[in-house]
Amino acid sequence: MAALEKDLAIDVTGVTKRFGDKTVVDAIDLSVRRGEIYGFLGPNGSGKTTFIRMLCGLLTPDAGTGTCLGFDVRTQQAEIKRHVGYMTQKFSYYEDLSIRENLDFVARIYAVPDRATAVQRSLERLGLTHRSHQLAGQLSGGWKQRLALAACLIHEPKLLLLDEPTAGVDPKARREFWDEIHQLAAGGLTVLITTHYMDEAERCHRLAYLAYGHLLTRGTLADVLAAAKLTTWRVTGPDLLNLATTLRRQAGVEQVVAFGNTLHVSSRDPAHLSAAIATVRDPRHDWQPIASGLEDVFISLMDEAKDNFS
Amino acid sequence: MSLPRFTLHRLWAIVLKEFIQMKRDRVTFVMMVGIPLMQLMMFGFAINSDPRHLPTALRLGDQGPFARTLVQALRTSDYFSIVHETSSESEVQLLLQIGDAQFVINIPEDFSRKLLRGERPTVLIEADASDPAATGPALASVNALANTIFNRDLPGPLARLRAKNGPVDFRIHAHYNPENITQYNVVPGLMGVVLTMTMVIITALAITRERERGTMENLLATPVRPFEVMVGKILPYIAVGYIQVTLILIAARFIFHVPMVGSLPLLYAVAFLFIAANLAVGITFSTLAKNQLQAVQMAFFFFLPSILLSGFMFPFRGMPPWAQNVGSCLPNTHFLRIVRGILLKGNGLAEIAPELWPLLAFLVVAMAVGVKRYRQTLD
Repeated sequence: MAALEKDLAIDVTGVTKRFGDKTVVDAIDLSVRRGEIYGFLGPNGSGKTTFIRMLCGLLTPDAGTGTCLGFDVRTQQAEIKRHVGYMTQKFSYYEDLSIRENLDFVARIYAVPDRATAVQRSLERLGLTHRSHQLAGQLSGGWKQRLALAACLIHEPKLLLLDEPTAGVDPKARREFWDEIHQLAAGGLTVLITTHYMDEAERCHRLAYLAYGHLLTRGTLADVLAAAKLTTWRVTGPDLLNLATTLRRQAGVEQVVAFGNTLHVSSRDPAHLSAAIATVRDPRHDWQPIASGLEDVFISLMDEAKDNFS
Repeated sequence: MSLPRFTLHRLWAIVLKEFIQMKRDRVTFVMMVGIPLMQLMMFGFAINSDPRHLPTALRLGDQGPFARTLVQALRTSDYFSIVHETSSESEVQLLLQIGDAQFVINIPEDFSRKLLRGERPTVLIEADASDPAATGPALASVNALANTIFNRDLPGPLARLRAKNGPVDFRIHAHYNPENITQYNVVPGLMGVVLTMTMVIITALAITRERERGTMENLLATPVRPFEVMVGKILPYIAVGYIQVTLILIAARFIFHVPMVGSLPLLYAVAFLFIAANLAVGITFSTLAKNQLQAVQMAFFFFLPSILLSGFMFPFRGMPPWAQNVGSCLPNTHFLRIVRGILLKGNGLAEIAPELWPLLAFLVVAMAVGVKRYRQTLD
């Protein structure tokens, strides 16, 4: 058991945070293995950022216990801060400092040994050497994100907490970013990352879905899809807009989502769904059962959560 | 082609929106109500350019009835409040130097005798004239007094002693600023005012800016300690403060020709306390303010009494007790006295000590509040 615990970078149970009488994070249990890329998904305001802030020692949980890198999240926040790299949702380095000055500042704060080399290495690895004297404020979104990542990594943290790091970044830069994350994880770094992008979620080793402060599902991509027990049909044909309106009124249909020229119709109750489809079936339309996607699963979880918690 | 037409409903929409935003922005709202109230209180009640009840030391050489009449007359004039009676010359000089007495009135031993002989005895009034506004009206009242005070005591045949230019010769000796040059008082005082304004605003902005730009969250997630952030923010501005002090001193010396009697190293040493105290106030404000605008507004809230109630603009002793109490809580009040004391009176450490410890106390309190307020975690 002790050996197992050593392999966990994050191991918390019952973590709760209230702001006033609003419970933002409600009794979350989470364990993340070392070297794992853990995806954290959920709608805006679901408590993802608050949870991350509790992990990195910015907030003290109101209830719950656990460790982050083996340090107590309630009492050893100073130690946690030393070994965690936290990238905030909003760019939070100094726009009136140059790239090099920002990295140098962070390296000084963490008392990185042989600072000049560490800064230089970090600039080279992220390909920022030739623009090291540019002010951070003049950088585009993608470059700001690279700088922020470089700054989080300069003290060689053991755990990286990334809060929506790729929001507003173009697809190519996002792909490069994820390649970098996978390399880092291969080197033993643990990464907890929040995102709204399904393709990014699929690149994580394991996932968790958070809504209204509750953890609704977790596991590998396959686990999450299997656990949802969601049946989905794809419809193609004319006049899908009217069909969608009709379907949404049917009992037994939980989700009708337009994907380009097709509709995805899903429910957790396959028999009920088939019955509903039978009433609207029309030879002009082509109906095919398909595997549910992650997005279908998450939206279904959201709707369910809305009924249970809100 | 249609001209964009002015519509009342659009105007009203904007007006409503502004009111809602005004209501949400509590600090601005408090400022809008608070500043006029503060100004009213200060200008209307606290500030008095005709200060009375000024602390006066009396060196009474003659106990006779004429001398007592004179003292009584000075008392009833309201300008002089006799707080010390002594016969020691060195003691009255010290009272004047440390500022416990604004005036020293010397009534000589042969006062009654000379008066009766019609020899116009001399009464020496020594004044701490470093602030001419504080002493001027009181001294003016003395000469008016001289012509009338003995009318009752010198009846009938003695009436001839009521000489045309008064039976008593009041000699006024204005110490520290004998020519009553206002600049001598204002320029050293300006040092405290300039430092208060710039130091408080600059630091109030420094941390608020971190919060507004989101860099604070990042800073908090690092192992940096609150005290390190505070001191780290303060130190660069202490250097800026010293540059300001030097500029003002150079201007005082070469443009306004303010005498510099005392020790400049002592002044520089004391300035450290004062600069640090203001910076700590700025940091405390920055922990309270939600954005940079609020930080500037709060700085102004502090700045106004620092100008008006500190004795910079108006004589401190002219203010009613409550205003003096408020003034005494402000670091600028004490720093002004120290600067004027060192530059104009040549005061040393011993003489400025009574003003030093309030400065120190203020610094400690402001620093403690600042560190406490600057939360290491977001909750």
